[in-house]
Amino acid sequence: MIQLFTRDVVLSVRSGGGFGLALVFFLILVVLMPFALGPDQSVLAKIAPGLLWLGALLACLLSSDRIFGMDYEDGTLELLATSPLPLESVYLAKAAAHWFTTGLPLSLAAPVFGILLNLNLEVGGVLCLSLLLGTPALSLIGSFGATLTLGVRRGGLLLSLLVLPLYIPTLIFGALTVNAAALGKELDGSLIPILAITLGAIAILPFFSAMALRANLQ
Amino acid sequence: MSTKLGMKHFWPFFWKLANPKVFMRWSGLCLPWIIALTVLCLGTGLIWGFFLTPDDARQGSTVKIIYLHVPSAFIAINGYFVMVLGSLFWLVRRQHVSVLVAKASAPIGMTMTVIALTTGAIWGQPIWGTYWVWDPRLTSFLILFLFYIGYVALWAAIDDQDKVADLTSVLALVGAVFAILSRYAVIFWNQGLHQGTTVTIADGVSQKNISSIFFQPLLLSMIGFGLLFLTLLLIGARTEIRAQRLQVLEGLERLK
Amino acid sequence: MMPDLGKYAVEVTSAYGITFLLILIISFLYWRRGLIIKRRLMAAEARKDA
Repeated sequence: MIQLFTRDVVLSVRSGGGFGLALVFFLILVVLMPFALGPDQSVLAKIAPGLLWLGALLACLLSSDRIFGMDYEDGTLELLATSPLPLESVYLAKAAAHWFTTGLPLSLAAPVFGILLNLNLEVGGVLCLSLLLGTPALSLIGSFGATLTLGVRRGGLLLSLLVLPLYIPTLIFGALTVNAAALGKELDGSLIPILAITLGAIAILPFFSAMALRANLQ
Repeated sequence: MSTKLGMKHFWPFFWKLANPKVFMRWSGLCLPWIIALTVLCLGTGLIWGFFLTPDDARQGSTVKIIYLHVPSAFIAINGYFVMVLGSLFWLVRRQHVSVLVAKASAPIGMTMTVIALTTGAIWGQPIWGTYWVWDPRLTSFLILFLFYIGYVALWAAIDDQDKVADLTSVLALVGAVFAILSRYAVIFWNQGLHQGTTVTIADGVSQKNISSIFFQPLLLSMIGFGLLFLTLLLIGARTEIRAQRLQVLEGLERLK
Repeated sequence: MMPDLGKYAVEVTSAYGITFLLILIISFLYWRRGLIIKRRLMAAEARKDA
């Protein structure tokens, strides 16, 4: 399982992989937002937390259809299915690789990009923490969606549609946490729902993703 | 005594419905009656509510929208429930009737959700001054709509019937978990930074002290909408069962 | 016979109108697909028995 994880990460970082994609997309979003919304610092500071969370979410979504796609197309996935590794582990390894190359860099980059949106660094810290806890959930959910849309033409579009409502709770709690911090409120446990969603996703999604993979590999 | 006896026979009968032939036979027999009942209840409920109930002091005649909004919302949620149950039965027992019932229920539920959203928005305009408000209830229905669309879209995207039955069922089950989660998240989100709940239209009306003037036609409308759902569900499920048999026959023909 | 809907006449009528329309559409679609599939199935069964 570690091997699968490492392999996916390496593949992703090489050209043709998805590593830079999410970060670049996130950067583009952050840079373009002031042009769309006006340079007013106070406005930007107010909406920055939510926008940054949303940007991270979209960046994660964009790279999700690549999680299983290439392996499915060249038959690697079938090989993996016949290996002693259970499908649940295949799913987890791939979701972890996706997070490592998408969610993790995004979480770390977010406070830095946030400077462009007049986000002060304390709030940036909360943003980073909330993203670190929440992006795994996004990767897990995105990977789950990917198992459903394997082999579908224009699968990316369908994937986005399926995953969109599933993302909403994570986004709600993530943005809520950072917005509260921006208003100077205490954190007092608002990171817990985010963590709970991630842990819940780890608990239930592997089982269902394995089912979906099995259905697709018949 | 008769209900006890009835219940004793109900469940074995219910499981028998998993057999396509039995399902087709019974649904075919019951359908005309159910259609008649639907027209009766829905018609009576709506006519009663529209013509024969007074206006509300605060909301004027818009209160009449309640006979559309509440039943459709109620059925929209229950439709999802049917979808999830059918999906569960498919995954556990591999009986096609279950998943085809789930498949048939989705577009109906989706329509009900749209009705709930539209009537909610139209009702909200004069009350709140805007067509759309991100209040917990309407937002939850918007999310429910997204779940429905995803499910229907997945069915449409894949040809292999057994494969797509598995995938959509998995989607429905995971979706159910997240739908429940969303319901609470949205309440939290709406209150979020501003203490104090927003009062939704439905809250104002669903107080326990709705007089029976409003409640009886409302109840009748709800039953009517429920029967409408059942009617369309049976029609749809019968169609899907036939379509599956058709696919088998046409597949056999191609082999010759 | 028509109740006085007052100033909300547009809202109430459009709500009822849209609801009826949507119910009509979905019912029609379900009925029509049912008919098409039933006919095709009967044709296929006839070909099979022939």
